Amino acid sequence: MLKVDAHDKTKLIDPLFAAPGLRFWLMLMGLVVVIGWGVYMYIRQVALGLGETGMNRPTYWGVYMVNFIFFIGISHAGTLISAILRVTGAEWRRPITRVAEAITAFALIVGTLQIIIDMGRPDRLLFVILHGRLQSPILWDVVSVTAYFLGSVTYLYLPLIPDAALLRDNCPETAPAWQRQLYTLLAIGWRGSRAQWARLEKAIAVMAVFIIPVAVSVHTIISWILATTVQPGWHSSIFGPYFVVGAIFSGIGALFIAMSAVRKVLGLEQYIAERQYRNLGLLFVTMNAIWAYFTYAEHLSIAAGQQTEEFPVLAAKLWGEFSFGFWAMVALMAVAFWVLVVPKLVPAAAERIVVFRPRYALASAIAAALTLVALVAPQTLPVRASLTEPTARTLGWVLLMVFLVGVGLGVSSWLKARLVTASVISAACVVVGMWLERWNIIVPTMTHARLIPIALYRPTLTELSLTAASLALFGLMFLVFFKLFPAVSIWEVAEGRVVEEAQSKVVIPAPEPSETRRLKRWGLK
Amino acid sequence: MHWSMVIDLDKCVACQGCSIACRFENNTPVVSPVEALKGRAIRWNDVFPMPVNPTEETGEYPNVTTRYLTRPCMHCDNPPCVKVCPVQATFKNDEGIVEQNYARCIGCRFCTVACPYGVRYFNWYEPEYEGSLAEHLNPDRIEGDGVLAGPAVRPKGVVEKCTFCLHRLQKARARAEAEGRAFRPDEYVPACVQTCTGKARFFGDLDDPNSTVSLLAKSPRAFRLLEDVGTHPKVIYLREG
Repeated sequence: MLKVDAHDKTKLIDPLFAAPGLRFWLMLMGLVVVIGWGVYMYIRQVALGLGETGMNRPTYWGVYMVNFIFFIGISHAGTLISAILRVTGAEWRRPITRVAEAITAFALIVGTLQIIIDMGRPDRLLFVILHGRLQSPILWDVVSVTAYFLGSVTYLYLPLIPDAALLRDNCPETAPAWQRQLYTLLAIGWRGSRAQWARLEKAIAVMAVFIIPVAVSVHTIISWILATTVQPGWHSSIFGPYFVVGAIFSGIGALFIAMSAVRKVLGLEQYIAERQYRNLGLLFVTMNAIWAYFTYAEHLSIAAGQQTEEFPVLAAKLWGEFSFGFWAMVALMAVAFWVLVVPKLVPAAAERIVVFRPRYALASAIAAALTLVALVAPQTLPVRASLTEPTARTLGWVLLMVFLVGVGLGVSSWLKARLVTASVISAACVVVGMWLERWNIIVPTMTHARLIPIALYRPTLTELSLTAASLALFGLMFLVFFKLFPAVSIWEVAEGRVVEEAQSKVVIPAPEPSETRRLKRWGLK
Repeated sequence: MHWSMVIDLDKCVACQGCSIACRFENNTPVVSPVEALKGRAIRWNDVFPMPVNPTEETGEYPNVTTRYLTRPCMHCDNPPCVKVCPVQATFKNDEGIVEQNYARCIGCRFCTVACPYGVRYFNWYEPEYEGSLAEHLNPDRIEGDGVLAGPAVRPKGVVEKCTFCLHRLQKARARAEAEGRAFRPDEYVPACVQTCTGKARFFGDLDDPNSTVSLLAKSPRAFRLLEDVGTHPKVIYLREG
């Protein structure tokens, strides 16, 4: 009989045995309806043919491929948090490992599904194994994604064993028999003996080290699917690291959203605290900077090269038909960066200054909106006609930037007090921005093929429905999983408390008095 | 054998006879005008203006310069499509022809993406042949254990491409064997070569130093399409002018 902390029991174990509320059923129904619609659209696509999508010649890959890269990218959340942070012994990871590992497993399932959806002959799926050619990057991908999936499911399961045993032993009398059996089965006879703990720790440690190179290989190989071709804009050696960085970046974004949802819905504020947001936020900002650096490096070399086939692809992104998606991506990433960085730089006392008040942000936002309307309004409007001169237009864009910075400054002190909100805003921007990034990599190159006139690609209802259904499936797996298993790894958090207690006995010398005074002057503690 | 095609652009009149001959020889599916506008027309042998997108050099109407290019599959010696296929549905045979097996293709479209020439086509829908077209399909097909190639009517969801009329080679060999004599390379030409109005196309064995294609390949006018992508095409063009 394993014992559990009383607070952990009420917060983490009891809700699993409570009857699901109305909110749960409503969410479940909503997700099932979206998935059902997606299944119908998929059956229709299989019956009629891939012509039901917006793909054409030369746009042979479209939204499905974008979704594939996106979901596999998201799956890197688990590796980063669990494996890298476990290996480096970052204590703050403990309450969020379970959520991160769940993202990995579920995103891999949904991501792999995208490839099957995209296949012209899904009935011949097994040919990949029966007649597989290991020289093809697709086979590399099959191998690495399979390894990653098996690894991450194991990695999700191993830390779940002690928790399953806790659930088995702390089942209320009213718990249904199947649930009790499920936990008994998953606990595989865990008694918490010293030998078992030693074995588990060893297994987790080995898995953590093993899974990092596999995760790196997964997104590298996805990038190599593109980079091993000679298509303009893809044939680039930077793609491997660029994709890995992007994957980890979007993975942290997904993790922020998922952990905030779990925290809010299950009321886990005491477990997933500011500390997690602060530290993960620092990683997030770092990844943002690295991603921005890679993006700049990648585009600069194309811009400077001006090759006949490559340059039109870049031009289409910078000022052509893909410019909206490209600049939306850039803007979202800039916002994501700003929202987490600038509030940290703003002193706590800044609200005394007018530009740091939310009211000022509102005024700036209105001014920015008016400027934008004046700049992009149709030629016929008088306000736009007066802005035809290049200097005036440049001035207008500069003014817009100034107003946007004003908005950013205005909200920064508000955001400083709300770290969780700021993190979720930032994460949402990044998740959308990273989807757009994949779109900006796949589609402009596809439509600008050699020897084929520039094509137009518009996703159809089939593709949009299947995208929505994929997201819903991801959500559904989350919903069901966290109804059955604790969202926070109980034993890891308990272990963390012991570690923290031991560490609290270590005396760290306080900062010099003069430095404290200097920090206080800036409103910092 | 090392089959190769030479296209003399000086003689090509851009009549698109090759495209039509190819269509009837190989049963390429006909798509509706709506689908064709979406860019889903299937032309194993295509004729299009060069450059494909108007540039500053091509000028504006009426002061324009237009050149046309006729383009079968290049049957590259280093084919990027073969390198990426996950299931060996496309492969280069012993005589250098890049084949496509419809019974094997899984429809992942990696080859269509990898081919820099755009010679590979995907069956977005089940091929449909209307009216008399359906009655006059070419009955030839290359079929065997897990193989469906050549002009055989394709299922939906697979990739198809120019095969240098591989079935004609098979038939020519069979005829020579039936008549109890050795097969001669000049017994086999693809349909586009046979039909060419301007007699701009030549076909033959590149291994034979005295064949027409070998001699023409040595011409100072000879060039290959997109030589910089390293595919080593076996379709050789002779420059205009």
